[in-house]
Formats: sequence, C-alpha cells, structure tokens
Amino acid sequence: MRIPCPHCGARGSEEFLFRGAADLVRPSADASAETWHDYVHLRDNPAGQYNELWQHQHGCRRWLVVTRNTATHQIFAVVDSALRGRAA
Amino acid sequence: MSYSLLRIAREALRGGSGWTRAWRDPQPKPQYDAIVVGGGGHGLATGYYLAKEHSLTNVAVLEKGWIGSGNAGRNTTIIRSNYLLPGNEPFYEHSMKLWEGLEQDLNFNTMVSQRGVLNLFHSDAARDAAARRGNAMRLHGVDAELLDTAGVRAMLPLLAFDAARFPIKGGLLQRRGGTARHDAVVWGYARAADRRGVDIVQNCEVTGIRVANGQVQGVETTRGFISAAKVGLACAGHSSRVAAMAGLRLPIESHVLQAFVSEGVKPMLDTVVTFGAGHFYISQSDKGGLVFGGDIDGYNSYAQRGNMPLVEDVAEACVALLPQTSRLRVLRSWGGIMDMSMDGSPIIDRTPVGGLYLNAGWCYGGFKATPASGWCFAHTIARDQAHALNAAMRLDRFATGAVIDEKGAGAQPNLH
Repeated sequence: MRIPCPHCGARGSEEFLFRGAADLVRPSADASAETWHDYVHLRDNPAGQYNELWQHQHGCRRWLVVTRNTATHQIFAVVDSALRGRAA
Repeated sequence: MSYSLLRIAREALRGGSGWTRAWRDPQPKPQYDAIVVGGGGHGLATGYYLAKEHSLTNVAVLEKGWIGSGNAGRNTTIIRSNYLLPGNEPFYEHSMKLWEGLEQDLNFNTMVSQRGVLNLFHSDAARDAAARRGNAMRLHGVDAELLDTAGVRAMLPLLAFDAARFPIKGGLLQRRGGTARHDAVVWGYARAADRRGVDIVQNCEVTGIRVANGQVQGVETTRGFISAAKVGLACAGHSSRVAAMAGLRLPIESHVLQAFVSEGVKPMLDTVVTFGAGHFYISQSDKGGLVFGGDIDGYNSYAQRGNMPLVEDVAEACVALLPQTSRLRVLRSWGGIMDMSMDGSPIIDRTPVGGLYLNAGWCYGGFKATPASGWCFAHTIARDQAHALNAAMRLDRFATGAVIDEKGAGAQPNLH
C-alpha cells in the first residue's frame, strides 16, 4: 500500500504510523463518563470509506488525514490534518 | 451415520457406496427458537452446545458463504490455555479440556495434537514475565513449565540460540497445548450439531436484524425473513457491521492478520514455538509445511489480504529464530479479518437489545477458544445469563472500567 503524502509524494505505508479514526472529537475534560467512553472505546468501523489519521513518521512527520476504502485499501484523498482543521 | 473403524472397513468392501453427506442442506424454516448468525467455528459450536447442553434443537446456524470459508480456514490452528488473568484463564482452560475430549464427543477426527506450545524469552525481564504467567497458570490448575536454555536446547536444538541480538534464555512450555485441524473442527461441529437437529443453513447472509420494543424479532436474510426470539451474533471480523443492524456501536476495530505456509519439508519442528523478541509463532503441519504468522498489519481493513511490510517483518522473525528456513519458499499466504477489541479480550454477553446476544472481539486468538466460546455462548443464550467462565467477558466492561487487559497497556485495538 502506497500513501500519497501531499508533501513527499507517494511513499510505502511502512513509513507511516497509523492512529485510527480521524473524525473522533476529543471531549472536554469535564464531559460525562459516557461521552469519554464513547470517545475512547467505541468505533464506527465501516467496511468502506473511512477517514484515518496517519503520521508520515519517516518522512515529513506531518499528521495526515487519509480517506481510504477499508475493504479494498484504495486511497481517495490525503490532506494535511492542520489544513483540514482550518477548512472545517 | 456414526464414523468408526468398523464403518471404514465396511465401506471399503462396498466401494464407499454407503457414505452419505456429513450434514443436511436444509431450507431455512420461517421460525426458530434461536438463531446463531455466523457459521464459523464459534457459531457452529454454539449451535452444537445449544442442542447438547440445553436441549434446544429448533435452532439454525446461518452462514453467508459456506462452512469453512471465513476465519475458520484462515488461522494458524494453535490451541493453548496459557493466559494470565482470572477473567481469561479458567475460560481458556475449559476450552483446552473440551479440545481434549472433542473427537470422542463429536465423533469426528479433529486431529487435536498436544505437541506443546513453547513461548521463548530472550531477556531477564521476559523470564520474570514468563515465570509470573506460568505461576498464574499453575494457580489455576493448568500445566506450565519454565525451561532454561539447556531445557529448550534439549527440545529444539535447531533454534538460533546464540544469536547476538536475541539469544534464547529459555521458554515457558505448556505441554498440553498444540494444534488442531481447523477445517475438521468446523466440519465436526457442523455434522454433530446437524445430527442433533440443528439446521446448518449455508449461503444465507443476514442483511438486517428486526427489533421491536427493544426485543429482537428475527433476522432479514438473503433467503427471506426468519423469526426467532433469540439471536446470537458470532461473526467475528464483521461484528461491528452486523451489530450495527441492531443499532449497536461496538468497542471493536476490524484489522487484517496475515499467515503463511511454506513448501513441505521433512519433519523438523515437533512443537509450536513463539519467538519472544518479535511477534512470531510457528509450527509444522502434518503435511510438512511450516505454518507461521506474526502481527496484524496495523490499520483498519476488511480486505482478506495484507501488505508487504508485514510479510517482510514476519520473514525476518522466522529467519532470526530458524536460520535454516531462509531458503524455504512460501507456498501460500492469506489474510483474515479480526475483531480487535479495545483490551485484547473477547466479549460473550447479552446486549442492550432483548434476546440479542454477542460473541465478538476475539482479536487474533479465536481458534483456540472455539469449544469454550460455543459452550459459554450457548449457556448465555439458553439461560439469558453468562456462565461463571465468561462472566468477565462483558460488553459493558469498557464503560465500567472492568476491562480484561492481559497486556496492561490500556485502550487500543492492537492487543491480544
């Protein structure tokens, strides 16, 4: 699997660190235990398109949001997570 | 038809004309007392024990493909009960005891081979951890032996003992561990369940779960609606997707685990060995091929195939432990989809939906658990409460904090 890093170009997945779901929003410190449980443990886990966090650990070291098909490993889009944050 | 030596002799004289199919191919009935979703090892064992232990025979096991097409055919066939924690160890030991009597119980040769499972260690810290685990096992009445370097060398002189980076300092041995024939396990359970009246329905994919007033009503399938007051989900790998049909969101991610078989060679390895410095386990099948595997690929996946970096990682560990394998060719490799739970331990429990039960989260350790998983899940479904053996394997343990964290590493979906 090769991931097209927006800064470094297409690189092998072994250069990247996988960090899981990108769309989880960290609750505030005083949020309820249920909200925290939801954030820490529960996942959508779809078979299909999924937004994931990958860090280009052995490259530019940027955190990236990779939109990938979990059933085929096809990658649709990769954006720098900082830019994505600004756009949203 | 019972299988026996006498039967084989008789059929040999009759040219095999008396053999019949091992289990029926029934049309699904419109209504069952209980439905098990998923015809893998765990689902079939559940069907079998529902009939055998709880006299429930109006039961169907629904399988979307054919028996043996999923993870039952995608594992490394290792059986063991060398767990640490009280929430796990009695359960896995029960499984081991069921393995030990399985062939007589099922009247099917599941080729259970208690050739031993040896977990190597390569440092003082790892020796301490192995001793602790071995002591925990013995406190639960399970066999465990701590071997020093000489003890391991006497068993397996072919290992790379004096490797500069990871010299072998000893190992934790469970002699009662070993392997079983993965296909025979599902065939044996399917046939034994069928003989007790359970319907094994293949090519019947569940597409929806009908719930009314918080109670399960039955399942929508590719072969029509089937009504049942009790529905058990045993579809690890795809648990999240199936549970979502009933509105549940699980503490599980699906990941791909690869495994490999080499070309057949003469007998060289008469036990199961795990490399303690990397994540690697290997045994030799009765056909002569080395069966081995390593870690999960490390990203969410429903594709039943992995990627090259992990292949390289596993090959490196293999050659580090067994240098003489460096020129062996790999015959086959495959990937299976694992329910990675957030604490590395499974779930066998009721769910917030009445009549809906969940058997999930097996990470990549489900094969060895097959008999006890079915046994405990059948108990949970039939009695509507957990047995003492699976009492800790609760769905709500992540919310309450009562996790079964074998590794002591906190919440992440890459544990085992």
